[in-house]
Amino acid sequence: MRRVVITGMGIYSCIGTTLDEVSSSLRNGRSGIGIEPCRTEFGYRSPLTGIVPIPQLKGVLERRQRVCLAEQGMFAYVSTKDALADAGISDEYLAKNEIGVLFGNDSCAKEVIEGYETIKRTKDTMMVGSGSIFRSMNSTVTMNLSTIFRLKGINLTVSAACASGSHAIGLGALLIRNGLQDMVICGGAQEVNYLSMGSFDGLNAFSVRTDDPTKASRPFDASRDGLVPSGGSATLILEEYGHAVRRGAKIYAEVIGYGFSSNGVNISQPSDVGSATAMQRALDEAGLSPGDIDYINAHATSTQQGDATEALAIKRIFGTGGVPISSTKSMTGHECWMSGASEIIYTVLMMKGGFIAPNINFERPDQYSEGLNIVSHTVEKELNVCLSNSFGFGGTNSALIIKNL
Amino acid sequence: MTKDEIKKSVDEFLIEELEIEPDRLSDNANLKEDVGIDSLDFVDIVVLVEEKFGFKIKAEDMYNVRTLSQFYDYIEKQIQ
Repeated sequence: MRRVVITGMGIYSCIGTTLDEVSSSLRNGRSGIGIEPCRTEFGYRSPLTGIVPIPQLKGVLERRQRVCLAEQGMFAYVSTKDALADAGISDEYLAKNEIGVLFGNDSCAKEVIEGYETIKRTKDTMMVGSGSIFRSMNSTVTMNLSTIFRLKGINLTVSAACASGSHAIGLGALLIRNGLQDMVICGGAQEVNYLSMGSFDGLNAFSVRTDDPTKASRPFDASRDGLVPSGGSATLILEEYGHAVRRGAKIYAEVIGYGFSSNGVNISQPSDVGSATAMQRALDEAGLSPGDIDYINAHATSTQQGDATEALAIKRIFGTGGVPISSTKSMTGHECWMSGASEIIYTVLMMKGGFIAPNINFERPDQYSEGLNIVSHTVEKELNVCLSNSFGFGGTNSALIIKNL
Repeated sequence: MTKDEIKKSVDEFLIEELEIEPDRLSDNANLKEDVGIDSLDFVDIVVLVEEKFGFKIKAEDMYNVRTLSQFYDYIEKQIQ
């Protein structure tokens, strides 16, 4: 049986743009949430968002490369460059070996809207320029990464709503485990601009707790009032274990379980049965029982129904009072398409640092989270095996289990 | 607009917007082989010319425009 390990990581998020900075934020419970006033002017209910800097790539990438990169592509370029460097993968190695790329992305709203406005104003499609098509396709991230880094293996985008990044890792692990690839760059990227989230805001899904933005995202807390949108990019280098050992790579952790399911019910409502099925399948693949899990990085986004349903699902599999749980979205906000990948990085950083990051703002449980061991303050703890949940619109569910190595 | 002003304006956007090295620009430079303009760059040049000179380049007009000098002449003719 071929084993799949993580040998490199790169992260570009609202709680930091290096692994050290993000690890420090996680340990200290630092929120990356703020207010973007233009959202209110544009018509949003909520101006709250993760604050993510735009990378400056002039002088770093050639013009042709830059004009094809949408915002999430810029984030993904930086996190992937960092992940490859972290894994000890040089340009020469990239040129001589077959490496794949699977990235979660499920929107290019800013590019589509701006392209539409230009054509409407000029009555001339050519006025959008040469880069617009490459920035506005859903596969924008993978088409750009594969050409910038000269990748020659699997090359496709995973679009599965807020579970996209998690499925990308699960599918990458399947390809490696089945001998089809030795190394796959996996991750998730999420645009964070004000044009990208209007329709989501329109569902009354976002928190309007604007008096203290760092208190707005409060998964599992009884007084939660919605999620805070966020974004950035997370990249993991997945590699076959023997391949990693032979090239002397540093190994962070092993991907030992991937469980998926579809609720098959409602387009926006989650299901505790479907969520639990994904978790149980991940446990089955890993050959583990619930008692073997040291920590759950919950999907919980701070919405009333989503958190309640996940709490019920966790109780179905794990019972009450046992396994420590936190949602790092309390600090990052909901990184959507990116979150399934970023939360594996956050979990690996906890494993390596020997701590559980807090579910900040968890002050009082509701009837659903009552009885769960939700960690509200940083706990020093050795973590061996951890599970990370991701659920998305359309009822797509993914659960990953990783083991510290 | 004089020929020199057109040349200055075109060279400026080729250097600043398309990031072409200045030493690649000379009157006899072939647009594809010497300046390095490909089919995607051409789309951006159409946008820039429309913004700066106020007319739209027709693709068929460019069939006989091979050098920078011919390109300056083409623009001069169009804006007259």
